Amino acid sequence: MWQELRTELHPQGLEVVTVALDVDAEAARPSIEAAQPEHPSLIDQAHVVDELFGFVNVPNGVWIDEDGMIVRPAEAAHPGVNPFTESFRKVDVSTLPPDVAEVLIEARKIRTDPEAYPAMLRDWVAHGAASRFVHDPEEVVRRSRPRGTAESTAAAEFELGQHLHREGDHQAAIPHWREAHRLDPDNWTYKRNAWNFEDPGRQGRTDAYDGCWFDDVKKIGAENYYPPLVP
Amino acid sequence: MLLDRLEVDPATFTARTGWDIKPEGACKGEVCVPLPAAARTADGSLDVPVVAARLGMPVVGDEAHHVWALGPETAVTGRALTTAVAPDLTLPDVDGRPFELSSLRGQKVVLVAWASW
Repeated sequence: MWQELRTELHPQGLEVVTVALDVDAEAARPSIEAAQPEHPSLIDQAHVVDELFGFVNVPNGVWIDEDGMIVRPAEAAHPGVNPFTESFRKVDVSTLPPDVAEVLIEARKIRTDPEAYPAMLRDWVAHGAASRFVHDPEEVVRRSRPRGTAESTAAAEFELGQHLHREGDHQAAIPHWREAHRLDPDNWTYKRNAWNFEDPGRQGRTDAYDGCWFDDVKKIGAENYYPPLVP
Repeated sequence: MLLDRLEVDPATFTARTGWDIKPEGACKGEVCVPLPAAARTADGSLDVPVVAARLGMPVVGDEAHHVWALGPETAVTGRALTTAVAPDLTLPDVDGRPFELSSLRGQKVVLVAWASW
C-alpha cells in the first residue's frame, strides 16, 4: 500500500521510508519481498523510532521536509483502506469460537479513517510549506507525545530486552519487557512485539505477561486504539 | 542506547542519542544543555551517569548480563521531541545494508513504522 502511494507521489518529490519494528528482523522479510518496494525499507529491531519520534503503535508516521525539519510529529498513519482489515468486518462472528469472536468484535471498533492520511500527504506534496497540514517547529514539538521518566525508562527496558533476546537469552528479555509495559502502557509496539513471541498472531493471554492484546485494548476501548488525526 | 560500561566516547554518544558535545554543553538542534566539568573523564570520555543526570536520561542496568541502557532525554521539553530538527538516523535494510535518513535531504519524506506482528 505504501508502494502504491509512493508510485503516485514520488514524481512530485515525496519519498516513503518504511521501518519495520521487528526485534527479529527476518520476520519482516516476507512482507517486504511481497511488496517489492522501490523506496527505503528499513528494519528497527530496537524500536528506536519510538524514542526518536514518539511512535507508540503501527502504523505511525512522521513528515520530514526538504530541509530536514519534522513538520508533522508522530501520529497514526494509515495508507488507505487495508483489504486485510476490511475482510475482518465481513466475517460472520457466529461462525467463530467465542474467544476468537470476542477479539474480532472489539477489533471492529478500531477507527482509522483510512483515506485521511493519504489526502493530507497529497496536499503536502501539492502545496509544500503552504499546506495547512504542515506545522512550525514549536508546534511540532508541542504536538509530540509527553515523555517523562517512566516512558523513557520503558524505552531503555525495551532496548535491554531486545538486546538480550538477540544475544540468545529470550527468557532474560521478558522481565525487561514486562517493565517496559508497566512503565509505558500506552506504547503498543513494546507490548505487541513482546506478546507476539509468546503467542504469535493472536497475542493472547500468557503466563509471561500480565497483559494481552484483547485485555489491554478492551481496557481503553478499541475506538481509542488510534487517537484521531488532528489536522 | 546500549552500554557495556558507564563511560562512552563522545562520538558514539552523539551517533546514538543525537546530542553533540560542544564547549557550551550537550546540543541538539537549537538546544544546548551546559555540562559540568565532571561530565568528562581524564581520557576525554563522557561520564555517563553525570551526562544522563543533566539530560534526564534514565540508566537501567542488567547486572547479570553486564549491560546498561540509557533512555532518551526527558529534560528540556519533556516530550518525545526535543527539537523539530530531524535526527540523524541510520538503520539497516532487511539484508543488513545501512541506510542514512539524511541521504534524502532535498525530498519530502514520510517515515512510517509497520510490523510483521
